[in-house]
This record gives sequence, C-alpha cells and structure tokens, in this order.
Amino acid sequence: MRNVSSGPARLAFVLLPVLLSLLLAALLVLAVGREPLEVLQKIWQGAFRNSRSFAGVLNFWIPLTLASVGLFVTFRAGLWNIGIEGQILAGAIFASAGALTFNFPPELAPLQLLLQILLGVLGGMLWAGITGALKIWLGVNEIFGGMALNALAGVWGIYLISGPWYPEGGSAQQSRPFLENALYPALSRDWPVGLLAIVMTAVAMVLVPLIMARTRWGLQLKATGSNPRSALLLGVPTTRVAMSAFLVCGALAGIAGSYRVMFTYGSFRPLVAGGIGFLGLLVVLLSTMKPLWIPLIAFVFSAILAGSTRLRVSLQLDSSLAGVLQGALVLVFILFQGLRQRLELRRNELPRMPHRPPAPPRAA
Amino acid sequence: MNFPGCLTGLRLLPGRPDRLMNEEFLNTLGSVVANATPLVIASVGETITERAGVINLSLNGSLIVTAMAGFIAARVISFGVDVDAINMIASPEAGLIGGVLVAMLVGALVALIIALSSIELRLDQVTVGFILTLLMADLAQFLGQEYTRIPGPVVPKWPLPLLQDLPLLGPVFFQQNVLVYFSYVVVIGLWFWLFRTRPGMAHRAIGERPEAAYARGTNVNRLRYIYVVLGGSMVGIAGAAYSLHFKPGLSNPPAMQGDGWIALAIVIFGGWHPFRVVLGAWLFAALRAVSSDIQKNGLVILGRTLEFNFVLLNGLPWLMLIVTLLLVSSGAIERLLLLLPRPVQRRMRSVLRSDPPRAIGTTFEVD
Repeated sequence: MRNVSSGPARLAFVLLPVLLSLLLAALLVLAVGREPLEVLQKIWQGAFRNSRSFAGVLNFWIPLTLASVGLFVTFRAGLWNIGIEGQILAGAIFASAGALTFNFPPELAPLQLLLQILLGVLGGMLWAGITGALKIWLGVNEIFGGMALNALAGVWGIYLISGPWYPEGGSAQQSRPFLENALYPALSRDWPVGLLAIVMTAVAMVLVPLIMARTRWGLQLKATGSNPRSALLLGVPTTRVAMSAFLVCGALAGIAGSYRVMFTYGSFRPLVAGGIGFLGLLVVLLSTMKPLWIPLIAFVFSAILAGSTRLRVSLQLDSSLAGVLQGALVLVFILFQGLRQRLELRRNELPRMPHRPPAPPRAA
Repeated sequence: MNFPGCLTGLRLLPGRPDRLMNEEFLNTLGSVVANATPLVIASVGETITERAGVINLSLNGSLIVTAMAGFIAARVISFGVDVDAINMIASPEAGLIGGVLVAMLVGALVALIIALSSIELRLDQVTVGFILTLLMADLAQFLGQEYTRIPGPVVPKWPLPLLQDLPLLGPVFFQQNVLVYFSYVVVIGLWFWLFRTRPGMAHRAIGERPEAAYARGTNVNRLRYIYVVLGGSMVGIAGAAYSLHFKPGLSNPPAMQGDGWIALAIVIFGGWHPFRVVLGAWLFAALRAVSSDIQKNGLVILGRTLEFNFVLLNGLPWLMLIVTLLLVSSGAIERLLLLLPRPVQRRMRSVLRSDPPRAIGTTFEVD
C-alpha cells in the first residue's frame, strides 16, 4: 500500500475492520452450529422491527452516550476511568434511594424527578471522586482503584436488595417497583422512552465537546492529558483539572444510572449497570477522540445490544455475541489504526533513508 | 469465627491453650495455600511479562477464556463432544493434560496479540489489554454456553511421599495436587532465574533499561516476545487451574470473575518480586478463607455474636486491594527497609522495593 493517508485508503482502514469483525462473529456463530445470516436477521429485527423495539435501542443509547461523553472528558485528561461502571451503579443506587423514599403529590412530580436525578448525579460524582482522590492524592492507579470501586458498588447493591430494600414477599432479585411519580415519563405508549433523558443526552453530547474545545478548562484538560509534567510547569493546576474530569464523568454516569433504574427497570437491581460503562470505553476508543462520532457509534452499539437481548429466546444463543462483535470490532480497528500509522511513518521516513545501491546480479 | 482466637479454623479450646497448632488449623492453612494457587500462577506469569517491560492488562479476560478453553478441551478429550455424556472415553489424565496444554496455547495467543501490537504497531499496551479483557470474557461466555454446569475431569490430590509426613509443613504444603506443587516450582524458579542467572539479568534489564540492554547486545524485542508469550501461557495454566480444580467446570458469570484484576494488583503489591507476590496471593486467599468461615459459622467477638449482613464480606478482597496499593504507594513497605540492620538491608532491597520496572508500558525501537 503506497499511500495510506489518502481518502480511499483511510476508508479502507475503517471498513476492513468492520468486515473482519463481522466475519469473525460469523465464524463463531458457525462454530456453535447456527446460521450467521439468521442471527444477523434476528438482531436486526430485535432492534428495528417496530417503534417499541426502536425505543429499546434508544433506551440503551441514552445511558451509553452519556457515559461515553463523560469518558471522552476523562480520556482527554489522560485518565483510564474504568471505574465508570461503578459510577453508573452508584448513581443508580442514589437515585433509587430517592425513588424509594420520596412520594410527592402529583403537582410536584417534576420536582421529585429532578431531585432523584440530582441524587444520581451526586452518587456518580461521589464514586468518581473517591477514584480521583485515590489516584491524585494517594497514588493508587485509577484502573485498579476504579475496578475495586466497581466491585464495591456491586456488593453494596446486592446488600441493599438482600437487606434494607428487600421487597415484601418478593425475591432478592430487585427492589420493590418504583411508584409512577418516581419514573421518567414515557414519550408515548408506542415510544416507551424518556424524552427528558433524550434531551439531556443531546445537550451533553453537544455541550461537553463544545466546552472542551472552546474554554480554558478544555485546554487545561488537554494539556494535563498529553503531558502532565509540562502542563504543571506551565501553571496548569493539574490535580484540580484531573479531579474535575473525574467529577464531570461521574455526574454524567450518575444520570445514566438514574435512567437505568428510573425508566428501563423501574426498580433497583444489582446488575443495573450491565457493562454499559465498559462499553462506553470501547465507544470512545473507536471514536479516536472525535466527539462527533460518539453518539453514532453509541447508536450502532446500542442497536447490537438491544437486538441481541432476544437471541436467547429466539435461537437459544447467548447474548454475549453482542459483546464479542463489539470487542472484536474495536480490537481490529485499533490494530488497523496502528498499522496505518506505522505505514505512514515509514513512508515519511523514506526520503531520509540513504540511497540503496542496486542489488548485484545474482549468480546463476 | 471466634475472636480473640486467631485465623479461621483455630478454636482456642478452654483449658487447652497449648494446642494452638491443632489439626483443623493446619488444614485451613493448607486450603489457603491451595486456593491461592491460581492467583499465584497468574501473578507470577504477569510478573514475568511486566519484568520484561510489557503489561498484560487482559488478565481477567485471559483467565476466563483459558478456563473455558481448558475445561472444554479436557471435557471433550475425556468424554467426547456430547455434552450429555457421562461415560469417559479416555483417561481423565489425558483430558487434564490436554486441557492444560490448550489453555496454555490460548493464553499465549492472547499475550501474543499484546506483544505484536505493542512491538510492531507501537500501540498502547493498556488500550489493547483492556479491549482484550472485555472481548475474551464475552468470547468465553459465548463459546462455553453449551458447557456450563456440566461435570468434567478434576485434578486429583497427590500427597507427596515422605514430605507429606513432615510435621506442620506436610499438611499445609505437601498434601496438595500437581498444580499447587507447580506453583512452588515456578515461584522459586522465577526468583532464581531473575536474580541468580545471567539471562535473568537480561530479562530484568529489558524491563528497566532496554537501551542499555540493547547496547550490551541483547535483542530486546525478541526477548520481550518470548517473556510475554511465556507469561501468557502461565496465565493459561492459572485459568485451567480454576476450571479443572479450584472452581471446577464453567458457570455464568464465571466463578473467578474479578480475580484477574486482583492478580494484577498482587503483582504491584508484590513489588515485581516472586516471593512477595506469593505472600500477596496467600494474603488474599487467607482473607477469603476468613470471610467464608464467617459466612458459615458466624462471627463471635468476646463472646458476643455479631449480627450483620454477610453479603458485605464479599467486598473485603476489594477493600484489601485498595489498602495494599495504598501501602505500596505510600512508601510504607520501602520504609520497612530502614528499620532493618544494615547488612540485612542490602539483601532485602530487591524484595522490598516498590518501583515498577522503569520501562514498563513503553515500546523499544532501535533508531
């Protein structure tokens, strides 16, 4: 490949990974004895067969996009916020605490909703703040601190439904269902999706990248992320900037968590985060830090996720196929990116290389 | 569990305070050593990798996928492809050996992806490792779906002749199975390799100062390939150790979910030194033994039964993970060194250091 930075070549380096990961997934489906095309069709139907299934896609898209936008901020600051999964869960726990406690009269229902969302934000920020404090002031790598806090949030959630939130006469799978005024109102019967949450997500996905591109804070984030030492020397308060990145991400994760309990499930369950935070990390890696792509990639991933939830029922196939497809896509894409950069580098280096003498004729 | 007493299983019998080392206590210690084995093997494998300057962050996913591959291979060799079969068609030994070999191969392949992407493509090791850890966990769940909750061959106990009769040491260390003995061998072997041999010095050098190693004629990247793949195949053995003995079979979610992250933290806590890594793994296993004992027998402190929701005990290993990393980052372990007499200090320096290999996570290229 001569020119790897031209338009068609760039496109090839995006399309090839898509094809390769689809091929890989198809081979895996064949390996467990199913028809790849049939599986693809079921996933498509699962996502787009009618307005209700499409709303199901959006119900994944909302928390996934919120989480990804938050992770865009932490990645910019050079932080691997693996703890996002726990931040979503902490947000869900806090929002659920509100939902199980408050019961405002109908005319004040919007206020209750707002309070619960704020509680979710608080929970996400608390969990992110602990990870940040451990990282910034106590020197515990955010990957390990975050992973531990994910697990701790999980234990907390299981404790809550097996103890304080144990439903009367129910099983310890979920809390009692929330009351009507504790839930995001649905758009309509045919479109079961929270309009308010869509609006918040849309605002976040536009506003956050804009703030990062246009403000001093955004610049400081970028400086901290690309070279913390020189940023510090240039007068950037790097610890404060890093902490603010954690808190912003935690706040967005908290909203995501609140949506999962206050709409998707309508009750609290310990697995409410459901890997959405980890998936958000993949979304941002795939976006190569171009914020425009985040909502689009999140949409495709949500469609795969929502579409494959019914594979178990329709084909007795494990829904982890969605994760395999997404993971393989990101892995192959990243490998191709690396390959492209290497080829580019080599091409740019060519003129500087000493002229090679022509090879001597080979003896017969 | 009884406080004051001591570790789990130890009951201070009234009127017989002399019998501290009773049989039950020794058995408990033995089970701690046994249950720590997959953690030991995985963290020693990761130590091999990180000492060479590469971080394999895929450990959690690698353990899950190798456990799956090892179990299915062992099951298919011993019982055939029919998942409902209950009669063996080959000896369990053949299945077990085949399972471990397949798991090693899979672990090595995952590690090879990290090595290739880091050395040839100069990609970030953390990024690739993280993607792999998610991908491998899902892959294991997808490919293992037919094989969850079915029986397969299990590694049998094999008390070592003579050694098993040693007082105290015998019941704790030598009435175990082959995998446990293997973990002793790799720990001592890796220590000897790293600190007592010339090629071991080169191994450390490519993780600390690859330029200097290169100047001395070491082929840095070739050695990195070798050690990363070797470390990955050790992780494979650890994964097989779960599904073929310590958590037999496959389940969903995987029984060892999270252990890969704990093993990665143990390597840090262990200061990249095999002996301290083992101590870390035993510490985590002991904590688990204590908390499972409390869940079974309740908690009694000073004669009063403590009532609380035992679900919370599942958070203990993760709290300890944070605490151990705090110990390392606060320099508390290194400060221990200053308390020791001077001649001992020199010998203990390599054990008590807390700095990671200096070139970890970086790529090396000859210019």
